[in-house]
Amino acid sequence: MKKTDICTIENSKIIVNKEVIFESQSKVFSEFAKEAYKSLELNYPKFHKMDNLSKLAFLASEMILKDGDHSKTAIVLANKSSSLDTDFKYQESINSQDNFFPSPAVFVYTLSNICVGEISIRHKMQTENAFFVLDEFDEKFLNDYSEQILESGKAEKVLCGWVELYQESYKAFVYLLTN
Amino acid sequence: MRKEVYITDYNCVTPLGFDVASNWNALLQGKSGVAKHKVIENQEAFYASIIDSEKLEEEFNKFFDNKDFTRLEKMFLLSLKPLVERHNLTEETAFILSTTKGNISLLKNKATLPEGVYLSKLAQKIADFFGFKTKPIVVSNACVSGVMAIAVAKNMIQAGRYKDAFVVAGDEISEFVISGFNSFQAIGSQPCQPYDKNRSGINIGEATAAAFITGHCEERSDEAISNESFSFKISGDSAINDANHISGPSRTGDGLYASIKNAMTEANVSAEQINFISAHGTATIYNDEMEAIAFNRMELQNVPLNSMKGFYGHCLGASGLLESIISMESALHNTLISSKNFEEMGVSQPLHIIKENQPAEIKYILKTASGFGGCNAAIVLEKC
Repeated sequence: MKKTDICTIENSKIIVNKEVIFESQSKVFSEFAKEAYKSLELNYPKFHKMDNLSKLAFLASEMILKDGDHSKTAIVLANKSSSLDTDFKYQESINSQDNFFPSPAVFVYTLSNICVGEISIRHKMQTENAFFVLDEFDEKFLNDYSEQILESGKAEKVLCGWVELYQESYKAFVYLLTN
Repeated sequence: MRKEVYITDYNCVTPLGFDVASNWNALLQGKSGVAKHKVIENQEAFYASIIDSEKLEEEFNKFFDNKDFTRLEKMFLLSLKPLVERHNLTEETAFILSTTKGNISLLKNKATLPEGVYLSKLAQKIADFFGFKTKPIVVSNACVSGVMAIAVAKNMIQAGRYKDAFVVAGDEISEFVISGFNSFQAIGSQPCQPYDKNRSGINIGEATAAAFITGHCEERSDEAISNESFSFKISGDSAINDANHISGPSRTGDGLYASIKNAMTEANVSAEQINFISAHGTATIYNDEMEAIAFNRMELQNVPLNSMKGFYGHCLGASGLLESIISMESALHNTLISSKNFEEMGVSQPLHIIKENQPAEIKYILKTASGFGGCNAAIVLEKC
């Protein structure tokens, strides 16, 4: 199994294969993400409706998937904080009986695998997908799982990695695996 | 040749009972856990399938001294306990936990995150209680989590990473989940009626379910496995995304169709060989219709099919494992259970929906699920 095309996003920087392709002074994730979207000319208006975890996963995968055919690329992602960033925001909208305004547009992002759905929609990937929640990044586990998908012939490549975000603390480390 | 992987034991904790036998008997009698409950203060009551908290407490206190557990954790402990007593934990035993929202109720009126809302902390707490030696794996893929957890166990055993696995799946009713589904106007005004013309939406439910899954290896030969009281081979699995919409199922059933196709191809079974389908059947118009299209595309429209949602509601991350367990019970008892509350066909494509409990030989089971994020999952189970 070969690991190619690695994208890291942290500290307001996007690094693809060791090269910094975008950097911002903004310490606020949503600002950083908006600037990155513009600078990289992504041209995908749905991006602005996503929650921050999906934006992070989307940006990282975009750098790796933008070229090529991904009709046989599976997605296996993991993180620590699941969707707690959006869970917290949603909970605030229902904490008080006098101020009870649950929003379906927020609620739908209270699932960690939604970011996988967003990537799948963007690249029309009707492929194997899985989302795991782990205490820390366990590359061997994710690679073992991906290897099974490749060996069974259910996919030819796997977009694999870690997409962690809670409030202003975030890190993405995403890569492509092939046989 | 890839390693074979088997389910050889299971248990469940639901409003219909705290073990498999009581659940099975309740199902035979057509009992349902769904009733009208007041879940959110100052809000209307909802139909939901809820475990009686006093009975749960009483059951928990029979077996456990430690009180430092949330309601959901107690449900997890009760479902796992008998399995841990019957099977060894080793350095090569995986612990896989499936949930969508875990202890989300702990978040209410909190300014910072309580540790217990982290799914990995929840899993570690359960793992530590029973003395699991490997790091827990949490599968969180919306409503397909329970089916996927079985597939993950199979795949990681086949990868050689583990020899066996305890899989536990659970979710509880919370204001968080009820208010969210209600904001989508997805909650039914009546007990849910999967595939029925008069259906009005879903009922949310709660449950935990647990299974012991083991691979063929030197210590556990085929003979040893066949000496268990039962075994079901996990013959195929797949989880394909619709790549269509994050909160609505595909109109063409693409993802579910592809998941079923992959799982059946891996299992090397044809549509004629499948004896029974335990479908997702949430009782929303879009879901039920999508499933009917996918099953027809696979030419599975004549295979007897049910949805368990009329009995248990939609138990989110628990539903896939719970419903797989009930399917295996069906196979062991040679009895198909009716799809509760179904009367009149309400999907555009033909399906063989089970109207009355009936005897049947069941060798191959197809279990499916679909959920938010466009995810779908299918597994094929073979009675050995």
